[in-house]
Amino acid sequence: MKPLHTTLKRVRNCWQLYVLLALPLVYLIIFAYGPMAGLQIAFKNFSSRLGIWGSPWVGLDNFAKFFNSYQFTRVLGNTLAVSVYYLCANFPLPILLALLLNTIEHPRYKKTVQTITYIPHFISVVVLVGMMSQIFNPINGLYGHIYRLFTGMNEAPNIMGAANTFRHMYVWSGIWQHLGWGTIIYMAALSSVDQEMHEAAKIDGASRAQRVRYIDFPCILPTAVIILILDVGKVMSIGFEKAYLMQTQLNLNQSEIIATYVYKVGLTTGNADFAYATAIGLFNSLINMVLILAVNQISKKLGDTSLW
Amino acid sequence: MVKELSPPKRGAAIRRSSGDRMFFVCVNIVIIPLTIVILYPLIYVLAASFSSVEAVTSGQVFLWPVDFSLEGYKAVFETDKVLTGYRNSFIYLFLGTLINVALTLLAAYPLSRRDLVGHRFFTLLFSFTMVFNGGMIPMYILVTNLRMINTVWAMVIPNAISVYNMIITRTFMNSSIPPELLEAAKMDGCSDIGFFFRMVLPLSKAVIAVITLYYAIGHWNAYFNAFMYLTKDELQPLQIVLREILLMNRVDPSTIVDPELAMAKAGLVNLLKYSLIVVATAPVLVFYPIAQKYFVKGVMIGSLKG
Repeated sequence: MKPLHTTLKRVRNCWQLYVLLALPLVYLIIFAYGPMAGLQIAFKNFSSRLGIWGSPWVGLDNFAKFFNSYQFTRVLGNTLAVSVYYLCANFPLPILLALLLNTIEHPRYKKTVQTITYIPHFISVVVLVGMMSQIFNPINGLYGHIYRLFTGMNEAPNIMGAANTFRHMYVWSGIWQHLGWGTIIYMAALSSVDQEMHEAAKIDGASRAQRVRYIDFPCILPTAVIILILDVGKVMSIGFEKAYLMQTQLNLNQSEIIATYVYKVGLTTGNADFAYATAIGLFNSLINMVLILAVNQISKKLGDTSLW
Repeated sequence: MVKELSPPKRGAAIRRSSGDRMFFVCVNIVIIPLTIVILYPLIYVLAASFSSVEAVTSGQVFLWPVDFSLEGYKAVFETDKVLTGYRNSFIYLFLGTLINVALTLLAAYPLSRRDLVGHRFFTLLFSFTMVFNGGMIPMYILVTNLRMINTVWAMVIPNAISVYNMIITRTFMNSSIPPELLEAAKMDGCSDIGFFFRMVLPLSKAVIAVITLYYAIGHWNAYFNAFMYLTKDELQPLQIVLREILLMNRVDPSTIVDPELAMAKAGLVNLLKYSLIVVATAPVLVFYPIAQKYFVKGVMIGSLKG
């Protein structure tokens, strides 16, 4: 223990830093920790008249209601299915692309491919879903026209609105958007590969493919492990926006995920139940937190790659 | 007589084995189609947006504008709420980014100083919010209680700091501002606040560019806050207008009974959507060539251990 007066002296020495930190701290307490205090309504029978602090406690009733409802397995299942599918596709593909891109020796060619593949990352999710609904429109979209051209049939199946195509559309549009961007971190790792190893391997007669397999790939493996860990930690935090925008009455069976369900239970007029919706959201956040912390522990065990 | 050595022919300098040649062919077989698949939807939308209603409706457009026309763009700019949305989005972008960057810098610098008493505690306070948050409903109640619903503030305050960007900034400051500089400044009687404004900010230009662009793009593309906290039409940002037009087909409430006119109108609405996508994405893509290296830099700094 340091003596109190030394600590006080050190505080006094850096008081100006606290002045700088004050405003962000106030923001953080109100807008990050404030809502966390609001989470208590998950354990209450919330009435807006009595407010967050005045409403009566009901214990775990809201959670029990969720676990017992028929929606529970459905939304949890949908959430997991979409995000695990996305993880499985979204993790390996940028690694593959980065390994291939890295073998291109022509700098202009490489740069062009990179520039093009980064672009979709900056498109808003509304525009993305809008583009999908235009292009995949079965009547007057590109997909509809091409379908008719090749099959001669009049009506193309509606793949934007159907339940069984929702996951594929969700995942592959995400890949389209973020594949190129995902390679950046691997390209950075690849650029730090020692060129002498490549020279030595060349002299020993290794082919380019062998050098990718035995030099490049091992070199980006640590980065890949960190990315995988981060991705696994995010499995339950699949966002509200894109799923909600892609929802139609027809695909709800597969597109209703926890986040969209929380919104509908909590904020759609008519059946707004703040407490119940908060409980569902809290359930999701808790699983999420446990996942991230567990994953961080694992990465610490594996070596020097703790995330914070 | 010695012949002058001719320079090696292009491409002959690197001699490749046939196996390697096969490999490069395979690489191209993957990369070229992939690049085309990524680029093509963008080209298609662009081409369609400059075509005529008939060409788009009958599916003649594939690569370039057919029957070039600006009908779609004309329709876009005649739609009042698109213009209002454009204006609102720019207001939210400027005000929001200003607040974002200011608060992020104010948080990042003190947290980059190891001699800040409580350094670990404050860092944890920020980092924890990346792992856990109150969620949609408590946030909605808070924003309602603060009377921010249907005000500009709902668009710029609730997400004023992205902790991820704050950590990028802090990492950058840690690695690019040498401690000796602070010592020297202190010797000359410079205060911490003075050092922040006179040394830290000028030295952090690169990272300020990075986070400014991240925040600005985020504001331009955001629709969640507006969706949650704004109900008045005149406040809606572009993304909400886009959602209404592109996904909910709410273009114009005027009631046309004449079936022929209605058909023509449906075609025009379809064309308008392509033009609208281009108009809404153009501001981002115009800056993209300049901004690309900063975005990439941000990913690089972010990947360093903070």
